[in-house]
Amino acid sequence: MARILMKGNEAIAEAAIRAGATNYFCYPITPQSEVAEYLVKRMPEVGGVFLQAESEIAVANMILGASCTGKRVFTSSSSPGISLMQEGLSYMAGSQLPCVVLNIVRGGPGLGGILPAQSDYFQAVKGGGHGDYRLLVLAPSTIQEAVDLTMLAFHLADKYRNPVMILGDGMIGQMMEPVEFPDSYSEPELPPKDWAATGASDRDPLIIRSLFLDPTTLEENSIILHKKYEQAKKEEIRFENYKVKPSNKVLIVSYGTMARICQTVIDDLEPEGYSVGLFRPISLFPYPEVALRKEATRKNIESVLVVEMSMGQMVEDVEKAVAGARPVNFFGRTGGIVPTPEEVKDQIKKLIKKKSRRGRPAKKRK
Amino acid sequence: MVAETLDELNLRERTCGIAPVGCSVLAYNYFNCDFLEAPHGRAPALATGFKRVRPDMIVFTYQGDGDLASIGMAEIVHSANRGEKFTTIFVNNAIYGMTGGQMAPTTLEGQITTTSPIGRNVQQTGQPVRVAELLSTLNTPAYIERVAVHTPQNIIGAKRAIRKAFAYQAAGTCFSLIEVLSTCPTNWGLTPDEATAWLQEKMTPYFPLGCFKSPESDEDSDGPV
Repeated sequence: MARILMKGNEAIAEAAIRAGATNYFCYPITPQSEVAEYLVKRMPEVGGVFLQAESEIAVANMILGASCTGKRVFTSSSSPGISLMQEGLSYMAGSQLPCVVLNIVRGGPGLGGILPAQSDYFQAVKGGGHGDYRLLVLAPSTIQEAVDLTMLAFHLADKYRNPVMILGDGMIGQMMEPVEFPDSYSEPELPPKDWAATGASDRDPLIIRSLFLDPTTLEENSIILHKKYEQAKKEEIRFENYKVKPSNKVLIVSYGTMARICQTVIDDLEPEGYSVGLFRPISLFPYPEVALRKEATRKNIESVLVVEMSMGQMVEDVEKAVAGARPVNFFGRTGGIVPTPEEVKDQIKKLIKKKSRRGRPAKKRK
Repeated sequence: MVAETLDELNLRERTCGIAPVGCSVLAYNYFNCDFLEAPHGRAPALATGFKRVRPDMIVFTYQGDGDLASIGMAEIVHSANRGEKFTTIFVNNAIYGMTGGQMAPTTLEGQITTTSPIGRNVQQTGQPVRVAELLSTLNTPAYIERVAVHTPQNIIGAKRAIRKAFAYQAAGTCFSLIEVLSTCPTNWGLTPDEATAWLQEKMTPYFPLGCFKSPESDEDSDGPV
C-alpha cells in the first residue's frame, strides 16, 4: 500500500482496525480525541462497535466486559483518563484478559496541561492499579512505529492475555507523518480463546474473575501472572540503537518523541567531534535492561545521559540496569515543555568537558 | 427465579451473567451459565461492553443497593439511558450486607446501621434513593418494575416480572431492571419473621411495588425506540 500522510491519533486508530480490533470504547480527552472522531466513522464500515461512555471508569469496565467475549478490544485516552482506568486494568490483568490501551500522555499531575509529556512512565511501567500485575508497555517514536507497535500490541495482548499499553506522548498523537499500512495483516498463530464467555452450550459454564478468596488460589493466580511477565522478559524485549559505536563517550538513553530529538543532537554534535550514541528502549516493560547495560558499559563510555520529558522517571530503570558501572545523569523538562536539541547538546558538552577538565578517564571499574 | 426463567425461556446456553461486589459476589457459584465478575458498581459497564460485542447473547447483572445505587449509580443510569439491551436484577435490602451492615443509599430514615448508629439522619445523608422511580424519568424506553419476595404472592409476582424482563431482552426490545425488595435479617438485627414484617411495614410504603415503565407505555414518548 502507498504511503499516506496521517495524524498519529488517526494512524493508530486505523492500525487497530487493521489488527482486527473492531470494538472501541472511549471518553473524550485532549490530546487524543481524534482517535474517537476517526473511529466513529470507520467502525460502521467494518461492522465494528463504537461507543462513547459516560466516563473513563466506565470505558475500562466496558472493555473488560467486551474482552470477555474473546474479541479484540481497544481504548484510548490521556493521562487523567488513564488514571481513572486503573481499576479496570487491574481487574483485567487479574482476570487474564487482553486489551490494548493507548495513552497519549499529557503533562501532570492532576489536571496538568494538554501538551506532550512523558510523566506517566511510572504509572504505565510500574503498575498504576492495585495488586501484583504489570502492563506490557510499548513506546513508539514515529507515527509509522506507532502503527506497527499498535498492531503488535494486539498480538501481545492475546499472547499473554494481559493488557498492553501504547505509551505515546502528545506529539505522537498530534504530529502528521507519512505512514504505510501492510497490504494484508498476518501474525503468528495464537492459542484458541477457550477462556472466552461464549455461552455454556457445548461445555461447562465458565467464570471470568479476579476474585480468589482462598489465599492459596490467589497466590497461584499471581504466580501465573508472574510467569507470564518472566516469559515476556525473555521474548518481548525491544530497543533500537542509534549511532552506538566503540568511540562513543556518552550514551543517551531516551524513548518516544524525546529519542528523536536526541538523534538530532547526536547528528549535530558529530561534526564537532563529539561521539554520542543513543539507546532507545521500545518495550518499557519488559525493560531492555541487559542490552542497555551492555551498551552503557562499553570501554569508552564515560557517562550515561537519560533525557525525558519528565522530572526523571525512566532514569530509575537506567540506574538499575547500569548498576553503578557508569555515572548516570539526567536531563528533563516537563509540564508540556519539550527539551530543545540545544539544551541537550549543552548537557552533553558539560559532561564531556567535565571529564576532560578533570584530566582523567572515567572511574576505573573493578 | 432468574435461573428458572433462563431455563424456561431456553436461554441458559447463550447467557452470560455478571456478578457484582457485595452479598451476591459469589452468585456465579449458583448459576449454570457463563459468568463474569465485575468491580464494585461496574456490572452495567461490563454488561454494556459484552452485549455490544455479542448482541445475540443474553446478559444480566445481579446487583445490590450499595453496588448499584451508590458506587455504581453513574453506570446504571447511563446504561439505562443508552437503552442497553441487558437485564438488571437489583436487590434492595436497604443496607450494605457483605461489609457488615453499613448505611446504604436506600437505607430508610431513622434506620439503624453500623454507620448510622442512632438512625439515618436524612438532614445529613439525604433521603433514601428510589432507583426504579429515578430510572423511570429517563426518556429512553425501558421495562422497570419493583417487586418484593417476602410473601408467596409477591414471589409469584417477582417471577412474572423477571420472566417479562428476559423476554423483552430476548426480543431485543429494551433495557430492563427489576428492583427486588428483600430482607437482611442478619444486618437488620431481626428474626426472619420480624424482617418480613419490617419489609412490609417500613419498606413498601417508601418503595411502592409496581411497574414504573414499560416499552408499551413508551410508544408515544419522545425517546428513540
